[in-house]
Amino acid sequence: MSNQSVISVENLGKVYRINHQAERQRYVALRDVIAEKFQGLFRSRRPQLDKFSSAEDFWALKDVSFDVKQGEVTGIIGRNGAGKSTLLKILSRITEPTEGRVRIKGRVASLLEVGTGFHPELTGRENTYLNGAILGMSRAEIRKKFDEIVAFAGIEQFLDTPVKRYSSGMYVRLAFAVAAHLEPEILIVDEVLAVGDVEFQKKCMGKMQDVSTKEGRTVLFVSHNMSAISRLCSSAIILNKGNKAYDGTTNQGIQKYLAQFSEISQPATWIDIASCPRQGGRTNVYFHSAAYLGPSGESHSLPVSGKELLFKLRISSDIKRSVSSLSVMIYSPSFQKLLNADSLLLAQAVLLEKGLNEVHVKIHQLHLKPGRYPIGLWLANPTEIFELIESAFEIEVINEDNRQTPEIPNDGVMACDFNIYQPILT
Amino acid sequence: MSIQPDMPPAEAGAEFDLILEAGRAEKNYWHDLWRYRELFIILALRDISVRYKQTVIGIAWALIQPFLTMVIMTIIFNKVAGLHSVGSAPYAIMVFAAMLPWMFFSSALSSTSQSMVGNANLISKVYFPRLIIPASAVVTSFADFLISFLILIGLMIWYQVVPSWHILTLPLFIGIAFLAALGPGLLITALNVKYRDFRYIIPFIIQFGTYASPVGFSSSVIREKFGEKIFILYSLNPMVGVIDGFRWAILGDNSPIYLPGFVLSLVIVGLFLVIGISYFRKTEKSFVDII
Repeated sequence: MSNQSVISVENLGKVYRINHQAERQRYVALRDVIAEKFQGLFRSRRPQLDKFSSAEDFWALKDVSFDVKQGEVTGIIGRNGAGKSTLLKILSRITEPTEGRVRIKGRVASLLEVGTGFHPELTGRENTYLNGAILGMSRAEIRKKFDEIVAFAGIEQFLDTPVKRYSSGMYVRLAFAVAAHLEPEILIVDEVLAVGDVEFQKKCMGKMQDVSTKEGRTVLFVSHNMSAISRLCSSAIILNKGNKAYDGTTNQGIQKYLAQFSEISQPATWIDIASCPRQGGRTNVYFHSAAYLGPSGESHSLPVSGKELLFKLRISSDIKRSVSSLSVMIYSPSFQKLLNADSLLLAQAVLLEKGLNEVHVKIHQLHLKPGRYPIGLWLANPTEIFELIESAFEIEVINEDNRQTPEIPNDGVMACDFNIYQPILT
Repeated sequence: MSIQPDMPPAEAGAEFDLILEAGRAEKNYWHDLWRYRELFIILALRDISVRYKQTVIGIAWALIQPFLTMVIMTIIFNKVAGLHSVGSAPYAIMVFAAMLPWMFFSSALSSTSQSMVGNANLISKVYFPRLIIPASAVVTSFADFLISFLILIGLMIWYQVVPSWHILTLPLFIGIAFLAALGPGLLITALNVKYRDFRYIIPFIIQFGTYASPVGFSSSVIREKFGEKIFILYSLNPMVGVIDGFRWAILGDNSPIYLPGFVLSLVIVGLFLVIGISYFRKTEKSFVDII
């Protein structure tokens, strides 16, 4: 691996014109254009103010510069609308930058979606060739890897069945198998890992790890999933409202990203989380607000190491429903999941009424050392994920003797009951 | 998506292969188009093989439609209106010789106009020269066109018409028909991305054109009835030249070409092609932002 830059982005910017009038319909009708031209004839002497009042420039990206070195796996993180997709679209030549430039060395393949161009009427075999060609493989290349692709997808006996008869699992497996056998020098991956079941996501992650670590490819990876980013990427770029907010190591990047919206929240007060960034966006069932409380009897209500900790969750639901998995997760500052208090583990479903519900999760003994910890929330049924908020808020855990001990670096995060003694040897 | 099959692996220290800048994509356009030829072929094959899937009589549709249209046109123009073909050519063959390019033109026009919108998902996820999409839609219509040649062969056997040496020039006219469909096709594809009005305009143009072009009658009817000046004006419709060319190639001297009109039609074909390609290229970069 060399220090050679293979992607160099300089002052990149992309502007979109938002037409407020045209919001209801996505395309312009000729009628409107003609009408506008006619109005223009009669109004041409007047200042062109109203022409611009309806359209507004929106910079999806502005002044973004960075370099990616060969063999580097870079995560691109940011909230929805931060410009991640626009950046990927420019890098994969789908759309043109408005200003600035990008220089790329080597073959680029971008995977913004699995199964792009799959045609439901065509068979698995035909779609493999079609999708391969769309992703940029030559026919000879696909022929060479065909058996491997089919084996990876595990669809041997359905090769000559139209894919419209496939189960959604088979469909996604085949689509990913084709993409996984691309051999570009630079791979650009959008949040494709957010589809499919857990099993499939694991397989994707494994393949991604192979691509980046074993094969030494340069990878640009966009995800909302911080644990995937922290596992795969060696560096990270944070985008915020179209600007680059950070460029550096992954761990620092994730901490900085999470710090944007999770400040230490006061205990025993309701924290608004309805507007927190979450994977997949807010659905019909969502976490509305939450509060946490340390052991009772203390005036400060802060979580205390080794004592009980209570989470109060308010969940909004559109209908009456039963949810099998509700959990509170505690992460380390470097975003390792430390614990997951999941209703699934208790084999206990949560019944939600229409409207706001309150659910309490009580941890009897908090085996965490003093420090700050991001809290994640999860709500799902076996077939559907309603909510995954990786960092809803942060808590601060203190010592039992009420004040923080001086911080010792690398002293672990877990607390345990222990004593040290010297046995008397006879 | 910008994998570059022809490019050798980048060597350390080598220059950057690809520079993306506003207005930059222009430079390698035709080279890119050549690189993506396999995708072009595969997309065209996809559209052809999907075209008649889950239909009962399948490819026979490509035969039935032009055949029945030919029958009805022959009855209306020949038997009812009392028009005659020039020379000794059977009226049915004369009609069918015009039906071939006309049906190709109209189906190419309607399928290209929808092609970009129909492939919106593809163009918003992958890079390739956008010209591939309407071009492969024209190729798909071209497949139907070749199939309906079977009917022509059948008709020629039935009426025992032996083609003259003119038939050898047919590929040339097929080429002209192809270009005549591609030019307006590209223009309308690009326009339809932005102004979906064209969805409604196209069926009208086709219906109108079926009668405005000399499909059901010989173009010499126009010349005899309205004179040469009007006929020159009539030849502004590029399909007049294409159809006359086809008739000349298939029927031989029974259907002579009126040269000034033919040349004018060719000029219009070329003009449409230039306008189509340049407008398409000018707008294709913004397709993904407005589709």
